[in-house]
Amino acid sequence: MVSALYGAFESGLIYAIMALGVYLSFRVLDFPDLTVDGSFVTGGAVTAIMIINGGDPFLATITGAIVGFLAGCVTGLLHTMGNINPLLSGILMMTALYSVNLRIMGQPNIPLLNQSTIFTEVRAWWQNLRMDEWLMKPFSALGIEGFAPRTFLVIISMILIVVMIKLITDWLLKTEAGLALRATGDNPRMVKSLSANTKMYIVFGLGISNGLVALSGALIAQFNGFSDVNLGIGMIIVGLASVIIGESLFGKKSIARATLAVILGAIVYRMIIALALRLDFVDASDMKLITAIIVILALVSPAWINKFKENRKRYSNRRKLMQHEKGAN
Amino acid sequence: MLELKQISKVFYEGTPDERKALNGVDLTLKDGDFVTVIGSNGAGKSTLLNIIAGVLFPDFGSVSVNNKEVTFVPEYKRSKLIGRVFQDPMAGTAPNMTIEENLALALGRSNKRSLFRGVNAKRREEFQELLASIDIGLEDRLNTKVGLLSGGERQALSLLMATFTKPSILLLDEHTAALDPARAELITNITKDLVKKHQLTTLMVTHQMDQAINLGNRLFMMDSGQIIFEAQDKEKEKLTVDGLIEEFQKIRGKQFASDRTVLTS
Repeated sequence: MVSALYGAFESGLIYAIMALGVYLSFRVLDFPDLTVDGSFVTGGAVTAIMIINGGDPFLATITGAIVGFLAGCVTGLLHTMGNINPLLSGILMMTALYSVNLRIMGQPNIPLLNQSTIFTEVRAWWQNLRMDEWLMKPFSALGIEGFAPRTFLVIISMILIVVMIKLITDWLLKTEAGLALRATGDNPRMVKSLSANTKMYIVFGLGISNGLVALSGALIAQFNGFSDVNLGIGMIIVGLASVIIGESLFGKKSIARATLAVILGAIVYRMIIALALRLDFVDASDMKLITAIIVILALVSPAWINKFKENRKRYSNRRKLMQHEKGAN
Repeated sequence: MLELKQISKVFYEGTPDERKALNGVDLTLKDGDFVTVIGSNGAGKSTLLNIIAGVLFPDFGSVSVNNKEVTFVPEYKRSKLIGRVFQDPMAGTAPNMTIEENLALALGRSNKRSLFRGVNAKRREEFQELLASIDIGLEDRLNTKVGLLSGGERQALSLLMATFTKPSILLLDEHTAALDPARAELITNITKDLVKKHQLTTLMVTHQMDQAINLGNRLFMMDSGQIIFEAQDKEKEKLTVDGLIEEFQKIRGKQFASDRTVLTS
């Protein structure tokens, strides 16, 4: 149970990078980009093939992200230059990427066991620091060693990476170009009249979004120890679930708040899935169904709750009025 | 300076719905001119503005700003030179961004957008001063999302955003039409002040004859895609609403009559 939750926390941190990418396309650019299902795998595929050919894992990860960036740009070009509807350009790219990913990998699945990945590289350095011993102390002092993870390596390193990416995203969205990018999603007509090339911003915005998604895919492949061509199916819904859960639980008042909410949303989502999978009647294959139900609930429940509150208010107002009339008679 | 030569635009060409929106329009605006354009629906006023702004390209004719031809330059490039306020108060601002962020966006019109912070302390101060100059209490609400402002406030902000970078041409597209009379007057006054302060060359489309008469130094009347009447300076000062309607009927009446003879013969 405890190790399952730590696992969920670790992978949640990695998936948070993907969720940030989805936040950029869905919320900031207002572009429902389905490329994610393909570009997530592309990141993993490029990284895996470079690693098994003896490439440096850091370089492989960055290359994976860059290829994802290019895939996102292509989706943007399909939409802006080809005038294809946003949803359709994403679906086209997602379909095309499936074949591209198979070509990159040469086989549907590449195992990365016994290969040097980012995590194995950092582990050596980590053990020298003896950080685990330090971090373990409070747990042993309280006599709850069973509640501690096996290692803090993934958690600490991923928190560092995710926080860094969050800060860069926040900063980017506050720059002059970032303001124009946000306005492109908010009011494209106005941005054009303020001399900003909306087409360029859409292409670059989708590029950055898919770059983050591919980076997340590259890290997940190394974390899981394999890259699989089918890993991306439904990924966009996972990203969307993280964004929606995060925003409804943690708010979206400012950019910095919203990006933090999205990261926490990704972690919460993984925790929910981990807990759901522990139920007896739930099978691992039910995960996509559970995800869809979570997203539907997150989308529908705020409206229901509002309606319920309004009805109650109306009812109590009416009752007050009736009592008032009775008193007058 | 703005110069339009022989501008023609036809919509739905070759179909039964074919409509000549503009038919050989010539006009020249000198620096500092403030022109008001009136005309009924379908007279071609909006098409004219869209062609100047680069939203539409003409079928024939040329547009030049400051002696540089820009006929087919896309809107986003041309808007370095041209500020614009739309009729719809929702159209000119980004609702999910704050007032200061909207102003910073407008600042990006004249300089290339960089990777530096859009809103810094120095700019915030400038924005505050700028907002104080139109005196509707927005200067204390820099961090308010624009979506929370009223229609009049949003239109005042759009006006400020369109003018404070001192564009070569300012286009106003019935920008007071969606507001109540009191707000409309407020916006009209702000328009007058800002145009005067920045010495802007302005083209304003309006439905209200009194507004067209009271503002600016020149007046155009448009009908069926042509400029049918023009008044300038002293001649314009003498105009009254009744006089304008009379003028309109005189010109329209003639056309009417000639149409009739064509139809009956």
